[in-house]
Amino acid sequence: MTIYADNAATTCMSPAAISTMERYMESCYGNPSSLHSLGQRAAEALQSAREEIAACLGCRPAEVYFTSGGSEADNQAILSAARNGGKKGKKHIISTAFEHHAVLHTLGKLEKEGFTVELLPVGETGTVSAQQVAEAIREDTCLVTVMFANNEIGSVLPVAEIGAVCREKGVVFHTDAVQAAGHLPIDVEAQHIDMLSLSAHKFHGPKGVGALYVRKGVRVSSLIEGGAQERGKRAGTENVPGIMGMAAALTEACSHMEENARRVSALRDRLIEGLKPIPHSILNGDPVNRLPGTVSFCFEGIEGESLLLMLDEKGICASSGSACTSGSLDPSHVLLAIGRPHEIAHGSLRLSLCEYTTEEEVEYMIREVPRVVEYLRNMSPLWRDKVSGKKEFILK
Amino acid sequence: MALYSETVMDHFRNPRNVGVLDDADGVGEVGNAKCGDIMKIYLKIEDNVIVDVKFETFGCGSAIASSSMATEMIKGKPVAEALALSNKAVAEALDGLPAHKMHCSVLAEEAIKAAIEDYCTKNGIPFDTLRPEGE
Repeated sequence: MTIYADNAATTCMSPAAISTMERYMESCYGNPSSLHSLGQRAAEALQSAREEIAACLGCRPAEVYFTSGGSEADNQAILSAARNGGKKGKKHIISTAFEHHAVLHTLGKLEKEGFTVELLPVGETGTVSAQQVAEAIREDTCLVTVMFANNEIGSVLPVAEIGAVCREKGVVFHTDAVQAAGHLPIDVEAQHIDMLSLSAHKFHGPKGVGALYVRKGVRVSSLIEGGAQERGKRAGTENVPGIMGMAAALTEACSHMEENARRVSALRDRLIEGLKPIPHSILNGDPVNRLPGTVSFCFEGIEGESLLLMLDEKGICASSGSACTSGSLDPSHVLLAIGRPHEIAHGSLRLSLCEYTTEEEVEYMIREVPRVVEYLRNMSPLWRDKVSGKKEFILK
Repeated sequence: MALYSETVMDHFRNPRNVGVLDDADGVGEVGNAKCGDIMKIYLKIEDNVIVDVKFETFGCGSAIASSSMATEMIKGKPVAEALALSNKAVAEALDGLPAHKMHCSVLAEEAIKAAIEDYCTKNGIPFDTLRPEGE
C-alpha cells in the first residue's frame, strides 16, 4: 500500500493530461515553427493551449509564455524586472523571507550585482500584509515579488491586496503561484498581478513545463538566446506534448476547483484535528488562510528524516524541512522564518493531500503518524531529558 | 530508499541495543539539538570488557543505523578495542554511507569514546593508557 501525501512536491498526472500528451507524442509531432501542415497543426495546438491557460488566469493568450517550469518562470520574471529597474536607477526589490529558493537565490544573485533586496518578515503565522509591503516600497523599488502560497507550510498570502498596493504605487508585482495555480482562484486582473509563475506538475500535469504570465506593457527579456519562439522571449523548440498536458491538467483543475477545494480542505482539517493531540507538537502556517491540501507540523524531540523513513516503511510518502532532508546543515529557511528554533524545525513533517486522497488514507495517517512519533521519541535522548525535566520543553 | 544501503535500512528498521543502562559504568553523549543529532551511549564494563551496551539517538536514519552498528561492533569487546573503533569501520560495516551522512558515523565513534572517557574518569583510570599505541 502506498499513500501519496507529498502533493506539494509533485502530483500524479491526471488521465486527461496523459491521454492528451500521448496524442501529441504519437501523431502531432511537428515543429510549431515548420511551415508544413504537420508543423502548423502543432502551432495551432500551442495556440489553443495558450488560450486555455489564459482563460484559467483571466488574462490574454498573448500574455502567456511557456517555460520549462516554475523556477525558470521565477528567474525570468525577477531578472527582467530588475534589469528594467536597473536601467532607470531603481535597484530596490521587496520580497519575503520564506520564498522558494528559485526566488531567493535569484534575488541573491541580484544582490551581488548591487541590488538591495528587502525580505519582509513573515511572523509566526507565516504571512505578510499589504501594509508591510506598502511601508517597504521606496522611490527606487523596481519589483515586489511575493509568493501566492507557501510550499512548506501552506499559508495563502493576501496577494490581491498586495497587488493593489503595488499597482497604486506603480511598482511591478510578481507572484510565484506554483502552489496556488489549479488549487486557488486566480484572476490576474482582479488581483492586480503583473507577472505570475506556475508549474504544471503541481496540478497533475507533466514535469519540466510551466508558464509565465506577463501583463501587456511589462517588459521581459529572454533568458535563453536562440530562435524566435514565444515572441522572442524564450528560444528553443516548444515542448508541445508537455504544454498540451499542462493545458489539459490546468483546465481540468480549474473546472473542478471549488469541489476539489471543498473535499480536500475537509480531509486536511480532519488530518490536522487528528494529529493535534500529539503532545508537544505545533501546526505550522496560517490556520485560516491555507492551501486546501497542505498540513505541516513540528514534533519536539525527534528528527524529520528518520520520521520520513519510518513513515515510508508504513507506506506513507511525506516530506520534511529537516536539515538532513534538505542536504544542508540548516533546517528549512521557511520554518526558521516563522520563528521555529532549529531544534523544533528539525522535527517537521509535511503531509500534502490532493483530490485523489481518500478518507481511509487520512484515517490511516492519523493512526500511524502518532505511533511513529512515539517510537522515535522513545529512542531519543533529547526526549528523555525533556520528560525527566533535565531540559525544558519548547512546545506546550 | 536508494539513498541508503540495505544494511543501513536493516539497522534503521531493527536497531540493535536501543535503550538505557541504569547501572552503566560509562555514559557518553555527543552532538546537539540545534544540529539535529544527539547520540548517547551507555556502557557496562567488567574486567575491561564491554559486557553490555545501549544507545539512544535523536537524529536521522543514518544516525540511528550508525549507533546500532557501532554498539554491535563493540559489544563483548575489550575497552581498548572499542576505543580503537573508527568511524570508517562503522561506515564500512554499514556497506557505506552517503558522503553528507559520514558525520553520523563520526558521532558514533565520538559517543563511544566519550562513554569510555566517562568510565575512566569515574574509575580513576588514566584515559591515555587505554589508547592504542601511536595515538
